[in-house]
Amino acid sequence: MGQQVPLVDYLVLGESPHLVARECEACGAGFFDRRNACAACGGTSFAPRPVPAEGELRTFTIVAHAAPGIPVPFVAGVVDCGGTSVRGNVINTSPDPDHVRLGMKVRLVTYVVGTDDDGTEAIGFGFEPLEGTDGN
Amino acid sequence: MAADEIWILGINMTKFGKHPDLDTVDLAAEATMRALSDAQVTMKDIGVLAAGNLMGPGRALGQQLQKQVGQTGIPVYNVANACATGATALRTAIMAVKAGECGMGLAVGVEKLAGAGLLGGGGQAKSDGARYEPNGRYGAVATIDGRIGTDTMPGVFAQIGMEYGHRYGGTSFELFARISEKNHAHSTLNPLAAYNKRMSLEQIMGDVMIAYPNTRPMCSANCDGAAAAVVVSGAKLRTLAPDQQRRAVKVSASVLTTDPWEEACQVLPNVNTLTRNAAQQAYEQAGVGPEDLDLVELHDCFATAELVHYDNLMLCQPGEAVPYFESGATWRDGKTPVNVSGGLQSKGHPIAATGIANIWEVCHHLRGEAGDRQIADAKVGLAHVIGLGSACGVHILERSAA
Ligand SMILES: [Zn+2]
Repeated sequence: MGQQVPLVDYLVLGESPHLVARECEACGAGFFDRRNACAACGGTSFAPRPVPAEGELRTFTIVAHAAPGIPVPFVAGVVDCGGTSVRGNVINTSPDPDHVRLGMKVRLVTYVVGTDDDGTEAIGFGFEPLEGTDGN
Repeated sequence: MAADEIWILGINMTKFGKHPDLDTVDLAAEATMRALSDAQVTMKDIGVLAAGNLMGPGRALGQQLQKQVGQTGIPVYNVANACATGATALRTAIMAVKAGECGMGLAVGVEKLAGAGLLGGGGQAKSDGARYEPNGRYGAVATIDGRIGTDTMPGVFAQIGMEYGHRYGGTSFELFARISEKNHAHSTLNPLAAYNKRMSLEQIMGDVMIAYPNTRPMCSANCDGAAAAVVVSGAKLRTLAPDQQRRAVKVSASVLTTDPWEEACQVLPNVNTLTRNAAQQAYEQAGVGPEDLDLVELHDCFATAELVHYDNLMLCQPGEAVPYFESGATWRDGKTPVNVSGGLQSKGHPIAATGIANIWEVCHHLRGEAGDRQIADAKVGLAHVIGLGSACGVHILERSAA
């Protein structure tokens, strides 16, 4: 078995996979990529902040038409993870309005996106419904 | 008229739709010549030109246009500001006139988009490399569009409408489809619209799903088109003929905003706060309120977007957009008719032309020249556009007192 790499650098793999935001040390605003100064307050010091792996689905769409090569349909959404909004797909459930509902509780899970020529696996993330809240 | 006021002296939009035999310069020139003629002036009277084009081949449109209609050596500003490009061009000309740099300015917006297909997700096939190497701002080793959310415009704006539903309740697939039903019905009276076909609710809901809850007719129609406007200072207008003064439309407010930072605004574009801010500033500048508006042309790039802008433009109480629409208020015989042109979903959305074409629509009614779709005795109207990223333009227009 080869190595694993995260799909994006703000995904931390290991025992309990989670996302990490760059937090402005002055005001607490979070960003998922680099900033020279905080867009909220202008502060220039940032520190990593782990993002809770569970949250609530604040909005979603079910994409039926995407750029060529992207498998459809899929559920794209925004999850409120303890006050940090995260962009991600809802996975491990049927991509239809009967199975995906606004406000439903979800948790971050990882999956293998693919394997490259060296045998390295890319690991992506999505959000799956928490048990007991789905299928009503 | 006060010397420091700004007026629309002449304005025009081309037919929206397919123009296979005309390029961007031809279309821009057509709108320009007609706007000049409408204003009863020539390029020799114009002191500044602002030209907008977003998806074109990247040449300097303004200079190309000058070569087509008149090279007088005036300053040209080529502007791009996403879907707010047209409004930004207009605002640029207005700022120059307002600053006293010249008495008369011209703004033009043009786009060739017929057959463009899905916007935002990129037209090219997405494939991953043979070896995973971190790339770009997120250190991504493979394509993230479709794996971490969506970049497609229908998908982004679907989430914007669904988020409103999550916050306030009352939304449904059918509700959003009914908004589209209204705009398609309105377009049957607009001979310049790309589509003039009335569609039933069943047809709209049964059409091809693009990004739930937006089906194809609930998305803005890609098409070709251009629009142009001549703006003039109050001081200059006073020196012109009575007929020019009579048909001039007052720009009571001209506002452009971007989004202030809020949690989540970099995760899903926030089109609400900057629209609300623009509306607030515009109402203050104009000294009018939403209740004074006889018609509104707002940026219904998707059915899901129109709903949230009822609230953002303060046409209804906060959180009340669903009951407001259900009351029939935004149909052409309602309290505040919205998108009587057919809107972006049916009139069409040639991106950089949109922010001037919506002002043409409002002016057309304020001048009493809108024919079959005339809103009776229209005195005040509002035009709104939004470009993702984001930029929001709001203009309030008033009928000439003369
Ligand atoms: Zn900060």
